[in-house]
Amino acid sequence: MEHIELFFKSIFIDNMVFATFLGMCSYLAVSKKVSTAVGLGAAVIFVLAVTVPLNWLLDQYILQEGALSWLGEEYASYDLSFLSFIMFIATIATMVQLVEIIVEKFSPSLYNSLGIFLPLIAVNCAILGGSLFMQSREIPSIGLALTYGVGSGIGWFLAILAIAAIREKIRYSAVPPALRGLGITFIITGLMAIGFMSFGGMLTGGDEKKEEKPKVEAKVEKEEIKKEAKEIVAENTNIN
Amino acid sequence: MGLLSKKDAALIKDPLFDNNPITIQVLGICSALAITAELKASIVMSISVMFVLGLGNVVISLMRNIIPSKIRIIVQLIVVATLVIIVDLVLKAFAYELSKTLSVFVGLIITNCIIMGRFEAFALGNGPWRSFLDGIGNAVGYGLILIAVGFFRELLGSGTLLGIKVLGDPIEKTGLYAFGYENNGFMLLSPMALIVVGIIIWVQRTKNKALIEEN
Repeated sequence: MEHIELFFKSIFIDNMVFATFLGMCSYLAVSKKVSTAVGLGAAVIFVLAVTVPLNWLLDQYILQEGALSWLGEEYASYDLSFLSFIMFIATIATMVQLVEIIVEKFSPSLYNSLGIFLPLIAVNCAILGGSLFMQSREIPSIGLALTYGVGSGIGWFLAILAIAAIREKIRYSAVPPALRGLGITFIITGLMAIGFMSFGGMLTGGDEKKEEKPKVEAKVEKEEIKKEAKEIVAENTNIN
Repeated sequence: MGLLSKKDAALIKDPLFDNNPITIQVLGICSALAITAELKASIVMSISVMFVLGLGNVVISLMRNIIPSKIRIIVQLIVVATLVIIVDLVLKAFAYELSKTLSVFVGLIITNCIIMGRFEAFALGNGPWRSFLDGIGNAVGYGLILIAVGFFRELLGSGTLLGIKVLGDPIEKTGLYAFGYENNGFMLLSPMALIVVGIIIWVQRTKNKALIEEN
C-alpha cells in the first residue's frame, strides 16, 4: 500500500517539474518535438530508477551518522553526511557512463534512440534532486527508494511529454512575437503547475497543506494575542 | 573601466542583459524558481552561485590543458561539488534558518546548468582571469533575474521586503491595507515563479526585438 501511495505521490503531487522545478533546463531545451521528448523522458526514468536505490545504499551504509558501524565499533561515531553531494554526483556520473557503455554494447537500437541523451542526463537537476530528496525525506527502505525513483521519473516523463505536445500545437497559434518560444513555454508550464496543484488532495491531503496551514494560523493567533495584550495595556494605562 | 580592457568589460556586461543566462541562454532555471518566494533567499542563492561559478571557472581554466576530454564532465562535477560543499557548510554554520529554507537547492547548484554550461563554453578555452570575469558576469546576470523575481513575489505575495513590512500591517490595517488592499497569496506558490519569469522575458524581448525567436 505504501508503495502505491508513494508512487502516485511522486508522480502527481510532488511532480519533479511542476512542484519543485527540477530538470527545467533540459525540459525547456528538448521539448520542441514529441519524439525527442519521449526519448529523453525514458532515459530519465531509467537513470532515476538505477541511481536513487544506489544512492540510498550509499547513504544508508556509508554516509549517514553512525552508518559505518558495520565496519566495527570504533567507526560507529563517524558522520560523513557532508560528503553526500560529491558522492551522489560521482555515482550518478559514473552510472550514466556505465549505462551508456552497456546499452551501446547490448542494444544498439536502444542506444540510437536513448544514447544521445545520456550525457545530458548526468547534469540534469532531476537526477541529483531525486537522490537529495530521497535523503532529506528519509525514505525507509530500498524498495521504497526504487518506487520513488521510478515514480518521479514517470512524473518528469509526463511533464515533458505534455509540454512537447503543446509546443507542437502552439506553432499554429498567434502568440505575441515577444512571447514566442521561451516566454510562452514558461507561462504554459506555470498554468500546468497550477493544474497539477489540484492533485494535492488526492491522497492524504498533501504535505504542503498540512505544513503550511498550522503555521499561518499560529501566526494569526500570535498577532491576535499581541493585539489583545496591547488593548489590555492600553486599558490599564487608561485606568491609571 | 581603467582596470579592464574593452573586451574584458564585455565579458561582464553581456550576460547582464543581452545574453542573460536565464532569459536568453535558458540555463540554470531549476534552482532559480523554487527559492524565489523570499527576497532574502534569492540574494543568498545568487551570492552562492557567484562564489561557485567564479572560483570554479578559474579552477577549470587552470586545469584545462591536463583534463582528458573523455572524463571532463566528471572532473567538472567534482570541482563544482567541492565548492558547493563549502557553500553548504558555511550556510549551515552562519545562517542555519536560511539553509533550511534553501534545503536541497544548495546541493542542486551542482547540477545548475549555468555552471556546467560556462565551464564547457568558456573556461575550457580561456585563461583564468577572463574565465573569472565571465563567471562573475554570468552569476550577476543570473542573480539579477533571481532578485527581480524574488522582489515581486515577496512584495505582492506577503507585502514585505527582506521581512520588513513595506506596505503596512495587514492585521492592523495600516498603510496600503487601510484602503482595502489585500496580499496576493497566490504569488507565494511555486507556479507564479514561472509566470513572473515568463513576463520578464516578455518585457525584455519587447524592448530588444533582436532577441525574438522564430517559431
